Amino acid sequence: MTVTVNRYKCGYCGACVSVCPMAALELVETWIEINNSCNDCNTCVNICPIGAIESVKE
Amino acid sequence: MKDKYDVIVVGAGPAGSSVATTASKAGLDVLLIEKRQEIGDPVRCAEGADKKGIKRHIKPDPRWIAAEVKGSRIFAPDGTKLQISEELFGAEVGYVLERKIFDRALAEQAVSSGAEVIVKTSATGLIRKNKQVTGIHARSIGESVDIKAKIVVGADGVESKVGRFAGINTTLAPKDIETCAQFLVSGIEVDEYCQFYLGNNIAPGGYAWVFPKGRGIANVGIGVLGSRSDKGMPVKLLSNFVKHHFPTGKIIEMVLGAVPASGPIEKTIADGFMLAGDSAHQSDPLTGGGILNALDAGVMAGTVAASCIEKDDVSEKALMEYERQWRETIGKKISKALVVKEKLVTLTDEQFNTLAHSIKGKCDSTMGVFDIVRALFRANPKLLWEFRNLIK
Ligand SMILES: Cc1cc2nc3c(=O)[nH]c(=O)nc-3n(C[C@H](O)[C@H](O)[C@H](O)COP(=O)(O)OP(=O)(O)OC[C@H]3O[C@@H](n4cnc5c(N)ncnc54)[C@H](O)[C@@H]3O)c2cc1C
Ligand code: SF4
Ligand code: SF4
Repeated sequence: MTVTVNRYKCGYCGACVSVCPMAALELVETWIEINNSCNDCNTCVNICPIGAIESVKE
Repeated sequence: MKDKYDVIVVGAGPAGSSVATTASKAGLDVLLIEKRQEIGDPVRCAEGADKKGIKRHIKPDPRWIAAEVKGSRIFAPDGTKLQISEELFGAEVGYVLERKIFDRALAEQAVSSGAEVIVKTSATGLIRKNKQVTGIHARSIGESVDIKAKIVVGADGVESKVGRFAGINTTLAPKDIETCAQFLVSGIEVDEYCQFYLGNNIAPGGYAWVFPKGRGIANVGIGVLGSRSDKGMPVKLLSNFVKHHFPTGKIIEMVLGAVPASGPIEKTIADGFMLAGDSAHQSDPLTGGGILNALDAGVMAGTVAASCIEKDDVSEKALMEYERQWRETIGKKISKALVVKEKLVTLTDEQFNTLAHSIKGKCDSTMGVFDIVRALFRANPKLLWEFRNLIK
């Protein structure tokens, strides 16, 4: 399980990075990279001010 | 870029540039790295700051002052207005800055003090010898490099990674963060006051703001407490707010961001390592203001770095002096602000209205945040019992 970031929506603000308990997210200049440690807690989905993050249910 | 410095500072925001300026002036060999290719852009800020505070750090320059403000107005959910003219919300008798230019001016100040700045360079890890931090792994314009230093200072903002690399948990719980959206709105009427709007329908656990930037434009934004936000809420609420208050306004810029509202964290140092600014959660949890605390903490970190390197002891124990200094000053202020924030986020709109009515007409131009807190407590001791220890 993981999340996806819609990079056409993302405003590269880093809010999601700051709340991720698994350090799964990284802001690389203008996009978010996601590693495989996401535990699907959904915190970033609710924090993103513009709603650019979706959780991916497999 | 060399392969070795006295101090490496990660992040060229206000905190990082302040550390770099201070440490360079003290004679240290300093490298300031910034992940973005343009310092200060994109902005993540409403740009309000107290004049006196800014002047402590840099000579005012019209290039980065968008407007000067005389005071603040706070609106309760029912529209009741409180007008205060001083020391409120860090935006009192203050400047509304042009952060893109301001942040670059701070970096220029670091450079003219002797620091080396390098952009498009990101810290990706820490080099350690036993427990001691002795440098950084970095990606500099696409290339991996290792750079050594006696002290590494993390000033990498709200999305801080280097704190975590050093073993300091800087993850913010949703209740400890304000998630924000802001539009630069043009073609509207503005005066010389910053305005704040409270209410659970306007901004749950936060507030909306209008900070004038002169010439008919203003930063209009909203902060929502993370634990009360859901997907995309800040942008949705802000769009409604702007439609309601500025129906003819035109949006010419969008800002997203988040600000720590946790109060002091447990630890900001390790062997050969310090954290400053938003990465150390030194922003004010009540107002979300963090520029001045970042600048002040930067001076403390830079000064302590210089004296520790001179004594050839960069152990956690020696760097404790930084921790002691910021807790005594910034720490005390933000702890108090946290008590007020934690209470305000529990209030209903009716309670906000009651509070506003209870001191309406009693606010005057000499009142600061804590004078208002005191007046509110006196008028509403039962409702605000948690404030009893703040008013001494
Ligand atoms: C919407 C909003 C409104 C605000 N309004 C106000 C206000 O009106 N007044 C006020 O005083 N404060 C305000 N703040 C808070 C203020 O913006 C911050 O407190 C302030 O910018 C903190 O400075 P800093 O130097 O600690 O971090 P930042 O300014 O965030 O700088 C950190 C820098 O580090 C860089 N960086 C991050 N990771 C790395 C890495 N791995 N390697 C290299 N570089 C890295 C980033 O790119 C960034 O440039 C607001 C915040 C928000 C989100
Ligand atoms: S869902 Fe949770 S663990 Fe996964 S990226 Fe988002 S915050 Fe991190
Ligand atoms: S919080 Fe949203 S807008 Fe900000 S960086 Fe993360 S995905 Fe992008």
